[in-house]
Amino acid sequence: MGSFFHRHRGLTPYLLLAPGLLWLAIFFLIPLTFLGYQSLQSGVFPNFEFTWEFSNFTDAFSEYRTQLGRSFLYAGIATVVSLLLAYPLAYWIAFRAGPWRNVFLLFIVAPFFVTYLIRTLAWLNILADEGPVVGFLRGVHVLDEDGRLLATTFAVVSGITYNFFPFMALPLYVSLEQIDPRLLEAAKDLYASSTQAFLRVTLPLSAPGIVAGTLLTFIPAAGDFINAALLGTPKQSMIGNVIQAKFLESLDYPTAASLSFLLMGTILVALLVYARVVGTEKLTG
Amino acid sequence: MNPRWTRQELIRRGAAGTALLAFPSLLAACGGGGGGDAGGGELKDVLNFSNWELYIDIDKPTTLEKFTLETGIKVNYFEDINDNGEYFAKVQGPLSQGQGVGRDIFVFTDNSRFPGLLVNEGWVQKLDKDLIPNMSNLVDAQASPPFDPNREYSLPWQSGMTGIAWNEDLTGPVTTVQQLLEDTNLKGKVTMLKEMADSVGLVMLQNGDDPSSVTDESFNRAIDTVQAAVDSGQIRKFTGNDYSQPLANGDLAAAVAWSGDVVQLLADNPKLKWAIPEAGGMIWTDNMLIPTGGSVATASTYMNFVYDPAIAAQIAAYVNYVTPVKGAKEELEKTDPETARNTLIFPDDQTLSQVNQFDSEALDNDEYITLWQGVLGQ
Repeated sequence: MGSFFHRHRGLTPYLLLAPGLLWLAIFFLIPLTFLGYQSLQSGVFPNFEFTWEFSNFTDAFSEYRTQLGRSFLYAGIATVVSLLLAYPLAYWIAFRAGPWRNVFLLFIVAPFFVTYLIRTLAWLNILADEGPVVGFLRGVHVLDEDGRLLATTFAVVSGITYNFFPFMALPLYVSLEQIDPRLLEAAKDLYASSTQAFLRVTLPLSAPGIVAGTLLTFIPAAGDFINAALLGTPKQSMIGNVIQAKFLESLDYPTAASLSFLLMGTILVALLVYARVVGTEKLTG
Repeated sequence: MNPRWTRQELIRRGAAGTALLAFPSLLAACGGGGGGDAGGGELKDVLNFSNWELYIDIDKPTTLEKFTLETGIKVNYFEDINDNGEYFAKVQGPLSQGQGVGRDIFVFTDNSRFPGLLVNEGWVQKLDKDLIPNMSNLVDAQASPPFDPNREYSLPWQSGMTGIAWNEDLTGPVTTVQQLLEDTNLKGKVTMLKEMADSVGLVMLQNGDDPSSVTDESFNRAIDTVQAAVDSGQIRKFTGNDYSQPLANGDLAAAVAWSGDVVQLLADNPKLKWAIPEAGGMIWTDNMLIPTGGSVATASTYMNFVYDPAIAAQIAAYVNYVTPVKGAKEELEKTDPETARNTLIFPDDQTLSQVNQFDSEALDNDEYITLWQGVLGQ
């Protein structure tokens, strides 16, 4: 064995890569091919036929562009809000929490010990009409007597923000934690104010974390359907809900498949635009 | 015969499965591979039974324990059905390739398209009626459903009625669908069920249409009625049985609700009421079916067991839905006369005359389904 590797040293990287590539092939490329195949079929369940039915895509888009647009809007808002909330938190943990860092990180991750569904169901109780939050907001007249939080856009976007928050906070923390504090001292030595030091040293150095957090939040949020299903109404229905219904209720697998591709394609385009704007080197950190 | 796979078999199937992922067209060719566990006529020592959650008695000795005691057949009881569509999606892959799904009995509701689809596609097996003499206890009303006119493939597990539930703290009686959808006092505090047959059926009755024989006009009329109530904000959302808690704690004033859920809710919550709307309610039935690969003999033996009135009474008393077994009421009168008198569990003729079954052809109409999903926002 040893001599084999010695003689074919050039093979080693490929052998090391093989498990990963195999994994990708089996769990990504093959299902993706199958999904693509299904998206171009026509007919009625279970007798679908492959007919290069490209109209599946145009029909699906014109029929469900509202939900598609809504998904990106909700995911976008949730991503921005997560970033605004997570940055100060991650900053504080990285620079000020000292020996308590790990404890606070645990607090961020702790909700993940509970399943996604249960976490979202908990919001049903927190935001309930007769619950404490609505009671307080009615008391201070933010909500009128009949006002509610559940089954509103607010509830859905909050649910998404909450559920994907750790995906934003953790990469931010990692990038902030790696910043050498001596760089900040150097900035101050050169008469930078705290604001200037933050804007010209900390922020640029944490950019990879921002980019990673944004992607990790935005991409799954755009395809989410649990939050809209549990916390929303038909008026908050997202593209994930449509795909689920097409697959489970209508048994319209070709439309479900083409909608999945549309979602994937739109995310990819958004990603390319984003990469062009922020620069590719930041995507790879 | 042991239905569990040997290790070798597992590896063989695993490898085949990987190859199948790549070439969908190969699927059909390899379909025969799963036939190994299809012991049609032979009685097995284990019954694999998939049912909905909270849908069987749990007080000892349970009916399942009694079954094992009587027949020596052990039951693996799976509560893995939450939703007709979801469960169907899980099983349709193997079934469409002629393979078993590791179950001898599973349960689908006749107000969905799935029982009909399973029968028509040949994905379920015929019952062995010789092993089910108790089938004579099947109530007459259930003898001939449209999807299986001679009950060759299916037997009812339980039935339920769809009506309106309301919370007395928040509203007076809600006795019509019109009131549910238009009373401004209820605005934003109303839910309907996601199941097309339940919600559309009730609205059709309100509109003076017949839900057991749906036409394009009557269907569209019902869709327009519901859509208007969604647009006005009257309907807060569409639910499965997750209306129970919000109704009990006052987030909802009224909801389209299933009778069995309400019997259970009523017990803890005297403020809740349930009624069949004045224009009529809906009735549906969950059906036991034997999927391809399941043991017909074992499944039929179990079906015969639950069609014993004493056993049916024990199940009905616990789950609070309508039993399809004649004589169960008389059995229950001996042990639990109060439950036996509950018309939600043992509906009298007057109650039964008020409920309707949804048109089975309309259930399978893709256009209708798409329209209804549109109302649900999807």
